[in-house]
Amino acid sequence: MPWDRNDMAARAAKELQDGYYVNLGIGIPTLVANNIPAGMTVTLQSENGMLGIGPFPYDDEVDPDLINAGKQTISELPQSSYFDSAQSFAMIRGGHIDLAVLGGMEVSENGDLANWMVPGKMIKGMGGAMDLVAGVKKIIVVMEHTSKSGDAKFIPACTLPLTGKNVVDMIITDLAVFHRPDHDSPFKLIELAPGLTRDEVRQKTSAQYVE
Amino acid sequence: MQKIYPNAEGALDGLLRDGMTLAAGGFGLCGIPERLIDAVVASGVKDLTIASNNAGIDNEGLGKLLRTRQVAKMISSYVGENKEFERQFLAGELEVEFCPQGTLAERMRAGGAGIPGFYTKTGVGTQVAEGKEVKAFDGEDYILERGIRADLSLIKGWKADESGNLMFRKTARNFNQPAATCGRICVAEVEEIVPVGSLDPDCIHLPSIYVNRLILGAPYDKKIEFRTVREREAA
Repeated sequence: MPWDRNDMAARAAKELQDGYYVNLGIGIPTLVANNIPAGMTVTLQSENGMLGIGPFPYDDEVDPDLINAGKQTISELPQSSYFDSAQSFAMIRGGHIDLAVLGGMEVSENGDLANWMVPGKMIKGMGGAMDLVAGVKKIIVVMEHTSKSGDAKFIPACTLPLTGKNVVDMIITDLAVFHRPDHDSPFKLIELAPGLTRDEVRQKTSAQYVE
Repeated sequence: MQKIYPNAEGALDGLLRDGMTLAAGGFGLCGIPERLIDAVVASGVKDLTIASNNAGIDNEGLGKLLRTRQVAKMISSYVGENKEFERQFLAGELEVEFCPQGTLAERMRAGGAGIPGFYTKTGVGTQVAEGKEVKAFDGEDYILERGIRADLSLIKGWKADESGNLMFRKTARNFNQPAATCGRICVAEVEEIVPVGSLDPDCIHLPSIYVNRLILGAPYDKKIEFRTVREREAA
Protein backbone atom coordinates (compact mmCIF):
# COMPACT_ATOMS: atom_id res chain seq x y z
CA MET A 1 0.00 0.00 0.00
CA PRO A 2 1.49 3.36 -1.00
CA TRP A 3 2.30 5.92 1.68
CA ASP A 4 -0.15 8.81 2.09
CA ARG A 5 0.86 12.46 2.55
CA ASN A 6 1.27 12.08 6.30
CA ASP A 7 3.30 8.89 5.95
CA MET A 8 5.65 10.66 3.54
CA ALA A 9 6.04 13.58 5.93
CA ALA A 10 6.65 11.16 8.82
CA ARG A 11 9.32 9.40 6.78
CA ALA A 12 11.03 12.74 6.07
CA ALA A 13 10.87 13.51 9.81
CA LYS A 14 13.04 10.45 10.46
CA GLU A 15 15.91 12.41 8.89
CA LEU A 16 15.71 15.09 11.61
CA GLN A 17 18.41 15.23 14.24
CA ASP A 18 18.52 16.97 17.60
CA GLY A 19 19.64 20.56 17.20
CA TYR A 20 18.80 20.79 13.50
CA TYR A 21 17.73 24.05 11.86
CA VAL A 22 15.24 23.15 9.15
CA ASN A 23 13.31 24.85 6.34
CA LEU A 24 10.07 23.20 5.22
CA GLY A 25 8.43 23.92 1.87
CA ILE A 26 4.72 24.36 1.21
CA GLY A 27 2.41 21.30 0.99
CA ILE A 28 3.50 17.86 2.25
CA PRO A 29 6.82 19.24 3.61
CA THR A 30 4.86 21.46 6.03
CA LEU A 31 3.40 18.29 7.60
CA VAL A 32 6.91 17.29 8.71
CA ALA A 33 6.46 19.81 11.55
CA ASN A 34 3.74 17.57 13.07
CA ASN A 35 6.13 14.62 13.13
CA ILE A 36 9.11 15.99 15.06
CA PRO A 37 10.05 13.26 17.57
CA ALA A 38 9.26 14.10 21.20
CA GLY A 39 12.28 15.35 23.12
CA MET A 40 14.10 16.45 19.97
CA THR A 41 14.91 20.14 19.52
CA VAL A 42 14.34 21.16 15.91
CA THR A 43 14.16 24.84 14.96
CA LEU A 44 12.09 25.69 11.90
CA GLN A 45 13.17 28.57 9.68
CA SER A 46 10.74 30.64 7.66
CA GLU A 47 12.53 32.36 4.80
CA ASN A 48 10.48 35.54 5.16
CA GLY A 49 12.52 36.18 8.29
CA MET A 50 11.99 33.98 11.34
CA LEU A 51 13.66 31.20 13.28
CA GLY A 52 11.48 29.18 15.63
CA ILE A 53 8.10 28.88 13.90
CA GLY A 54 5.34 28.12 16.41
CA PRO A 55 1.97 26.44 15.74
CA PHE A 56 -0.96 28.17 14.06
CA PRO A 57 -2.28 30.84 16.45
CA TYR A 58 -5.52 30.69 18.42
CA ASP A 59 -8.26 32.67 16.74
CA ASP A 60 -7.88 35.63 19.13
CA GLU A 61 -4.09 35.72 18.74
CA VAL A 62 -3.89 36.03 14.96
CA ASP A 63 -1.34 38.72 14.02
CA PRO A 64 -1.05 40.03 10.44
CA ASP A 65 2.63 40.83 11.14
CA LEU A 66 3.39 37.19 11.89
CA ILE A 67 3.19 34.87 8.89
CA ASN A 68 5.18 32.02 7.39
CA ALA A 69 6.60 31.81 3.88
CA GLY A 70 3.27 30.39 2.68
CA LYS A 71 1.66 33.63 3.97
CA GLN A 72 -0.29 31.70 6.63
CA THR A 73 -0.67 33.19 10.11
CA ILE A 74 1.57 31.48 12.68
CA SER A 75 2.73 32.03 16.27
CA GLU A 76 6.10 32.58 17.90
CA LEU A 77 7.97 30.53 20.51
CA PRO A 78 10.01 31.77 23.49
CA GLN A 79 13.21 31.10 21.51
CA SER A 80 12.03 32.68 18.23
CA SER A 81 13.95 35.42 16.46
CA TYR A 82 13.12 37.74 13.57
CA PHE A 83 15.39 39.15 10.88
CA ASP A 84 15.27 40.71 7.43
CA SER A 85 15.19 38.85 4.09
CA ALA A 86 18.89 39.44 3.31
CA GLN A 87 19.87 37.96 6.68
CA SER A 88 17.41 35.10 6.16
CA PHE A 89 18.97 34.10 2.87
CA ALA A 90 22.48 34.66 4.17
CA MET A 91 21.82 31.81 6.60
CA ILE A 92 20.29 29.73 3.80
CA ARG A 93 22.93 30.43 1.15
CA GLY A 94 25.73 30.33 3.69
CA GLY A 95 25.08 26.69 4.56
CA HIS A 96 23.83 27.30 8.09
CA ILE A 97 20.52 25.47 7.61
CA ASP A 98 20.90 21.71 8.13
CA LEU A 99 17.97 20.40 6.13
CA ALA A 100 15.31 21.56 3.68
CA VAL A 101 12.29 19.49 2.65
CA LEU A 102 10.75 20.58 -0.64
CA GLY A 103 8.12 19.41 -3.10
CA GLY A 104 9.14 18.40 -6.61
CA MET A 105 7.77 18.05 -10.12
CA GLU A 106 10.78 16.12 -11.47
CA VAL A 107 14.07 14.84 -10.09
CA SER A 108 16.76 13.50 -12.40
CA GLU A 109 19.05 10.58 -11.69
CA ASN A 110 21.98 12.99 -11.20
CA GLY A 111 20.09 14.98 -8.59
CA ASP A 112 18.72 17.90 -10.62
CA LEU A 113 15.42 19.28 -9.32
CA ALA A 114 12.60 20.94 -11.28
CA ASN A 115 9.79 22.36 -9.17
CA TRP A 116 9.09 25.94 -10.17
CA MET A 117 7.64 26.30 -13.65
CA VAL A 118 5.87 24.52 -16.46
CA PRO A 119 6.43 26.15 -19.87
CA GLY A 120 3.18 27.38 -21.36
CA LYS A 121 1.52 27.75 -17.98
CA MET A 122 1.40 30.89 -15.86
CA ILE A 123 4.79 31.34 -14.18
CA LYS A 124 4.43 32.36 -10.55
CA GLY A 125 8.15 32.44 -9.79
CA MET A 126 10.69 30.40 -7.91
CA GLY A 127 10.37 32.20 -4.58
CA GLY A 128 13.18 30.98 -2.34
CA ALA A 129 13.47 27.46 -3.78
CA MET A 130 16.61 28.11 -5.86
CA ASP A 131 18.38 29.65 -2.87
CA LEU A 132 17.38 26.77 -0.60
CA VAL A 133 18.62 24.01 -2.91
CA ALA A 134 21.86 25.90 -3.56
CA GLY A 135 22.71 26.56 0.07
CA VAL A 136 21.10 24.14 2.51
CA LYS A 137 23.30 21.23 3.63
CA LYS A 138 20.82 18.45 2.88
CA ILE A 139 17.91 18.51 0.44
CA ILE A 140 15.00 16.08 0.66
CA VAL A 141 12.39 16.11 -2.11
CA VAL A 142 8.96 14.72 -1.23
CA MET A 143 6.72 14.02 -4.20
CA GLU A 144 4.25 11.53 -5.71
CA HIS A 145 6.15 8.82 -7.52
CA THR A 146 4.30 9.40 -10.79
CA SER A 147 2.31 12.28 -12.32
CA LYS A 148 -1.49 12.24 -12.53
CA SER A 149 -1.13 10.76 -16.02
CA GLY A 150 1.13 8.01 -14.68
CA ASP A 151 4.46 9.32 -15.96
CA ALA A 152 7.59 8.76 -13.89
CA LYS A 153 8.83 11.84 -11.99
CA PHE A 154 12.23 10.35 -11.03
CA ILE A 155 13.69 10.34 -14.52
CA PRO A 156 17.01 10.25 -16.44
CA ALA A 157 17.02 14.01 -17.14
CA CYS A 158 14.55 16.74 -16.17
CA THR A 159 12.31 17.99 -18.99
CA LEU A 160 11.12 21.05 -17.02
CA PRO A 161 13.25 24.14 -16.27
CA LEU A 162 15.57 23.42 -13.36
CA THR A 163 15.43 24.79 -9.84
CA GLY A 164 18.92 23.49 -9.14
CA LYS A 165 21.54 21.26 -10.71
CA ASN A 166 22.87 18.26 -8.77
CA VAL A 167 21.29 19.37 -5.50
CA VAL A 168 19.01 16.54 -4.25
CA ASP A 169 20.22 14.16 -1.51
CA MET A 170 17.07 12.13 -0.85
CA ILE A 171 13.77 11.46 -2.63
CA ILE A 172 10.72 10.32 -0.68
CA THR A 173 7.76 9.28 -2.83
CA ASP A 174 4.52 7.51 -1.99
CA LEU A 175 6.21 4.26 -3.08
CA ALA A 176 9.85 4.38 -2.04
CA VAL A 177 12.85 6.24 -0.63
CA PHE A 178 16.03 6.91 -2.63
CA HIS A 179 19.19 8.29 -1.10
CA ARG A 180 22.74 9.10 -2.10
CA PRO A 181 25.61 9.75 0.30
CA ASP A 182 27.16 12.52 -1.81
CA HIS A 183 26.59 14.41 -5.04
CA ASP A 184 28.92 12.18 -7.09
CA SER A 185 27.13 8.93 -6.23
CA PRO A 186 24.01 7.44 -7.84
CA PHE A 187 20.76 7.24 -5.90
CA LYS A 188 20.11 4.00 -4.06
CA LEU A 189 16.68 2.53 -3.33
CA ILE A 190 16.76 2.21 0.46
CA GLU A 191 13.13 1.68 1.42
CA LEU A 192 9.81 0.53 -0.01
CA ALA A 193 6.29 1.49 1.07
CA PRO A 194 4.50 -1.46 2.70
CA GLY A 195 3.56 -4.16 0.20
CA LEU A 196 5.50 -2.58 -2.68
CA THR A 197 8.06 -4.67 -4.56
CA ARG A 198 11.34 -3.59 -6.11
CA ASP A 199 9.93 -4.57 -9.51
CA GLU A 200 6.88 -2.35 -9.14
CA VAL A 201 9.06 0.62 -8.22
CA ARG A 202 11.41 -0.15 -11.10
CA GLN A 203 8.46 -0.18 -13.53
CA LYS A 204 7.32 3.25 -12.40
CA THR A 205 10.78 4.83 -12.46
CA SER A 206 12.72 5.75 -15.58
CA ALA A 207 15.82 7.01 -13.71
CA GLN A 208 18.80 4.73 -13.20
CA TYR A 209 19.43 3.91 -9.55
CA VAL A 210 21.13 1.17 -7.58
CA GLU A 211 19.30 -1.34 -5.40
CA MET B 1 16.31 68.81 9.18
CA GLN B 2 12.68 67.82 9.35
CA LYS B 3 12.05 64.28 8.06
CA ILE B 4 8.44 64.00 9.15
CA TYR B 5 5.82 64.84 6.50
CA PRO B 6 2.11 65.27 7.12
CA ASN B 7 1.04 62.59 4.66
CA ALA B 8 2.20 60.22 1.91
CA GLU B 9 1.46 62.64 -0.91
CA GLY B 10 3.58 65.30 0.76
CA ALA B 11 6.41 62.88 1.47
CA LEU B 12 6.60 61.88 -2.20
CA ASP B 13 6.41 65.46 -3.50
CA GLY B 14 9.18 66.08 -6.03
CA LEU B 15 10.44 62.50 -5.95
CA LEU B 16 8.32 60.80 -8.62
CA ARG B 17 8.96 60.73 -12.35
CA ASP B 18 7.97 58.47 -15.23
CA GLY B 19 10.32 55.57 -15.94
CA MET B 20 11.93 55.54 -12.51
CA THR B 21 12.97 52.48 -10.51
CA LEU B 22 11.36 51.80 -7.14
CA ALA B 23 12.30 49.29 -4.46
CA ALA B 24 9.46 48.29 -2.18
CA GLY B 25 9.43 46.31 1.06
CA GLY B 26 6.92 43.67 2.08
CA PHE B 27 6.34 39.93 1.79
CA GLY B 28 2.93 39.10 0.44
CA LEU B 29 0.74 41.71 2.16
CA CYS B 30 2.88 41.65 5.32
CA GLY B 31 4.79 44.87 5.90
CA ILE B 32 3.84 46.58 2.63
CA PRO B 33 4.07 50.38 2.40
CA GLU B 34 0.38 50.75 1.61
CA ARG B 35 -0.05 54.49 2.24
CA LEU B 36 2.91 55.28 -0.02
CA ILE B 37 1.67 52.89 -2.73
CA ASP B 38 -1.72 54.64 -2.65
CA ALA B 39 0.04 57.98 -3.11
CA VAL B 40 2.05 56.65 -6.07
CA VAL B 41 -1.23 55.45 -7.63
CA ALA B 42 -2.79 58.87 -7.09
CA SER B 43 0.22 60.65 -8.61
CA GLY B 44 -0.32 58.95 -11.97
CA VAL B 45 3.42 58.41 -12.48
CA LYS B 46 3.97 55.63 -15.03
CA ASP B 47 6.41 53.23 -16.74
CA LEU B 48 7.74 52.23 -13.35
CA THR B 49 10.24 49.45 -12.74
CA ILE B 50 9.58 47.98 -9.32
CA ALA B 51 11.86 45.65 -7.38
CA SER B 52 9.66 43.90 -4.83
CA ASN B 53 9.51 40.28 -3.69
CA ASN B 54 5.83 40.06 -4.63
CA ALA B 55 3.44 42.12 -6.71
CA GLY B 56 0.56 42.37 -4.25
CA ILE B 57 -2.77 40.74 -4.95
CA ASP B 58 -5.71 42.12 -6.95
CA ASN B 59 -6.52 45.54 -5.50
CA GLU B 60 -4.07 45.26 -2.61
CA GLY B 61 -0.51 46.51 -2.34
CA LEU B 62 1.34 46.81 -5.64
CA GLY B 63 -1.70 45.17 -7.28
CA LYS B 64 -3.23 48.66 -7.23
CA LEU B 65 -0.40 50.03 -9.39
CA LEU B 66 -0.77 47.14 -11.80
CA ARG B 67 -4.50 47.75 -12.15
CA THR B 68 -3.84 51.34 -13.21
CA ARG B 69 -1.14 50.18 -15.67
CA GLN B 70 1.58 52.30 -14.08
CA VAL B 71 4.11 49.46 -13.97
CA ALA B 72 6.31 48.56 -16.95
CA LYS B 73 8.49 45.98 -15.24
CA MET B 74 8.56 43.94 -12.05
CA ILE B 75 11.68 42.37 -10.51
CA SER B 76 10.20 39.72 -8.20
CA SER B 77 10.60 36.18 -6.92
CA TYR B 78 6.95 35.20 -6.67
CA VAL B 79 3.89 36.78 -8.27
CA GLY B 80 1.05 34.33 -7.62
CA GLU B 81 -2.41 35.26 -6.33
CA ASN B 82 -2.85 38.15 -8.74
CA LYS B 83 -5.19 37.82 -11.73
CA GLU B 84 -4.59 41.24 -13.25
CA PHE B 85 -0.86 40.65 -13.06
CA GLU B 86 -1.36 37.32 -14.82
CA ARG B 87 -3.44 38.91 -17.55
CA GLN B 88 -0.93 41.70 -18.26
CA PHE B 89 2.00 39.30 -18.11
CA LEU B 90 0.45 36.78 -20.50
CA ALA B 91 -0.59 39.60 -22.86
CA GLY B 92 3.00 40.83 -22.94
CA GLU B 93 2.01 44.20 -21.45
CA LEU B 94 4.17 43.76 -18.38
CA GLU B 95 7.82 42.74 -18.27
CA VAL B 96 8.83 40.46 -15.41
CA GLU B 97 12.34 39.60 -14.29
CA PHE B 98 12.07 36.57 -12.04
CA CYS B 99 14.78 36.70 -9.44
CA PRO B 100 15.34 34.09 -6.71
CA GLN B 101 14.17 35.48 -3.39
CA GLY B 102 17.54 35.37 -1.66
CA THR B 103 19.28 36.81 -4.69
CA LEU B 104 16.75 39.66 -4.77
CA ALA B 105 17.31 40.43 -1.09
CA GLU B 106 21.08 40.33 -1.56
CA ARG B 107 20.87 42.48 -4.72
CA MET B 108 19.13 45.15 -2.65
CA ARG B 109 21.52 44.74 0.28
CA ALA B 110 24.54 44.87 -2.05
CA GLY B 111 23.21 47.89 -3.96
CA GLY B 112 22.75 49.73 -0.69
CA ALA B 113 26.19 48.70 0.53
CA GLY B 114 28.06 49.99 -2.53
CA ILE B 115 28.62 46.54 -4.00
CA PRO B 116 27.73 46.58 -7.72
CA GLY B 117 27.81 42.81 -8.15
CA PHE B 118 28.38 39.56 -6.29
CA TYR B 119 28.78 35.87 -7.05
CA THR B 120 26.22 33.35 -5.83
CA LYS B 121 25.59 29.67 -6.42
CA THR B 122 21.83 30.25 -6.40
CA GLY B 123 20.51 29.56 -9.90
CA VAL B 124 23.67 27.99 -11.34
CA GLY B 125 22.67 25.73 -14.25
CA THR B 126 19.12 27.17 -14.43
CA GLN B 127 17.35 29.78 -16.59
CA VAL B 128 18.37 32.38 -14.01
CA ALA B 129 22.01 31.91 -15.04
CA GLU B 130 21.38 32.63 -18.73
CA GLY B 131 23.54 35.49 -19.98
CA LYS B 132 25.36 35.84 -16.66
CA GLU B 133 29.07 35.42 -16.01
CA VAL B 134 29.98 32.09 -14.41
CA LYS B 135 33.09 31.90 -12.27
CA ALA B 136 34.53 28.96 -10.35
CA PHE B 137 35.71 29.45 -6.77
CA ASP B 138 37.35 26.49 -5.04
CA GLY B 139 36.02 24.16 -7.71
CA GLU B 140 32.40 25.29 -7.51
CA ASP B 141 30.52 27.46 -10.04
CA TYR B 142 28.92 30.77 -9.10
CA ILE B 143 27.03 33.33 -11.19
CA LEU B 144 27.45 37.09 -11.17
CA GLU B 145 24.39 39.01 -9.96
CA ARG B 146 24.07 42.79 -9.96
CA GLY B 147 23.33 44.96 -6.97
CA ILE B 148 20.15 47.03 -7.27
CA ARG B 149 20.25 50.81 -6.88
CA ALA B 150 16.74 52.21 -6.89
CA ASP B 151 15.77 55.83 -7.46
CA LEU B 152 13.37 55.59 -4.57
CA SER B 153 12.65 53.09 -1.79
CA LEU B 154 9.25 52.76 -0.19
CA ILE B 155 9.12 50.93 3.11
CA LYS B 156 6.82 50.20 6.03
CA GLY B 157 8.12 50.16 9.61
CA TRP B 158 6.53 49.74 13.02
CA LYS B 159 7.97 52.49 15.17
CA ALA B 160 10.33 55.35 14.37
CA ASP B 161 11.74 58.20 16.36
CA GLU B 162 11.63 61.74 14.99
CA SER B 163 15.16 61.41 13.60
CA GLY B 164 14.17 58.38 11.49
CA ASN B 165 15.65 55.55 13.58
CA LEU B 166 13.28 52.73 12.88
CA MET B 167 12.12 49.40 14.25
CA PHE B 168 10.15 46.70 12.51
CA ARG B 169 7.71 44.22 14.02
CA LYS B 170 7.92 40.41 13.71
CA THR B 171 7.94 39.08 10.12
CA ALA B 172 6.90 42.47 8.72
CA ARG B 173 10.61 43.35 8.59
CA ASN B 174 11.31 41.08 5.56
CA PHE B 175 12.40 43.11 2.48
CA ASN B 176 11.85 46.48 4.16
CA GLN B 177 15.33 46.56 5.61
CA PRO B 178 17.33 45.78 2.42
CA ALA B 179 14.91 47.82 0.26
CA ALA B 180 15.43 50.87 2.47
CA THR B 181 19.18 50.81 1.96
CA CYS B 182 19.20 50.46 -1.84
CA GLY B 183 17.25 53.63 -2.65
CA ARG B 184 18.91 56.96 -3.37
CA ILE B 185 16.00 58.31 -1.34
CA CYS B 186 13.99 56.25 1.13
CA VAL B 187 10.52 57.17 2.30
CA ALA B 188 9.19 55.23 5.27
CA GLU B 189 5.69 54.95 6.70
CA VAL B 190 5.30 53.76 10.28
CA GLU B 191 2.59 52.97 12.80
CA GLU B 192 3.98 55.23 15.50
CA ILE B 193 6.44 58.14 15.67
CA VAL B 194 8.02 58.69 19.08
CA PRO B 195 10.31 61.45 20.42
CA VAL B 196 14.05 61.09 19.99
CA GLY B 197 15.42 59.22 22.98
CA SER B 198 12.41 56.92 23.36
CA LEU B 199 13.95 54.00 21.48
CA ASP B 200 16.84 51.98 22.87
CA PRO B 201 19.80 52.67 20.51
CA ASP B 202 20.75 48.99 20.81
CA CYS B 203 17.39 47.94 19.39
CA ILE B 204 17.27 50.03 16.20
CA HIS B 205 16.76 47.81 13.13
CA LEU B 206 17.25 50.57 10.55
CA PRO B 207 19.49 53.52 11.51
CA SER B 208 18.16 56.98 10.64
CA ILE B 209 20.77 57.53 7.92
CA TYR B 210 18.69 55.28 5.63
CA VAL B 211 15.40 57.12 6.23
CA ASN B 212 15.06 60.41 4.37
CA ARG B 213 11.37 61.07 4.80
CA LEU B 214 8.88 59.71 7.26
CA ILE B 215 5.13 59.64 7.66
CA LEU B 216 2.73 58.34 10.28
CA GLY B 217 0.55 55.92 8.31
CA ALA B 218 -1.75 54.85 11.16
CA PRO B 219 -4.44 53.71 11.57
CA TYR B 220 -3.80 50.49 9.68
CA ASP B 221 -6.24 47.77 8.78
CA LYS B 222 -3.68 45.06 8.05
CA LYS B 223 -4.77 42.41 5.58
CA ILE B 224 -4.15 38.69 5.99
CA GLU B 225 -3.76 36.47 2.93
CA PHE B 226 -4.28 33.10 4.61
CA ARG B 227 -5.79 33.14 8.08
CA THR B 228 -4.85 29.81 9.68
CA VAL B 229 -5.71 29.02 13.31
CA ARG B 230 -5.80 26.11 15.74
CA GLU B 231 -8.55 25.17 18.17
CA ARG B 232 -8.06 26.03 21.81
CA GLU B 233 -7.91 22.83 23.88
CA ALA B 234 -10.78 22.48 26.38
CA ALA B 235 -9.65 23.59 29.83
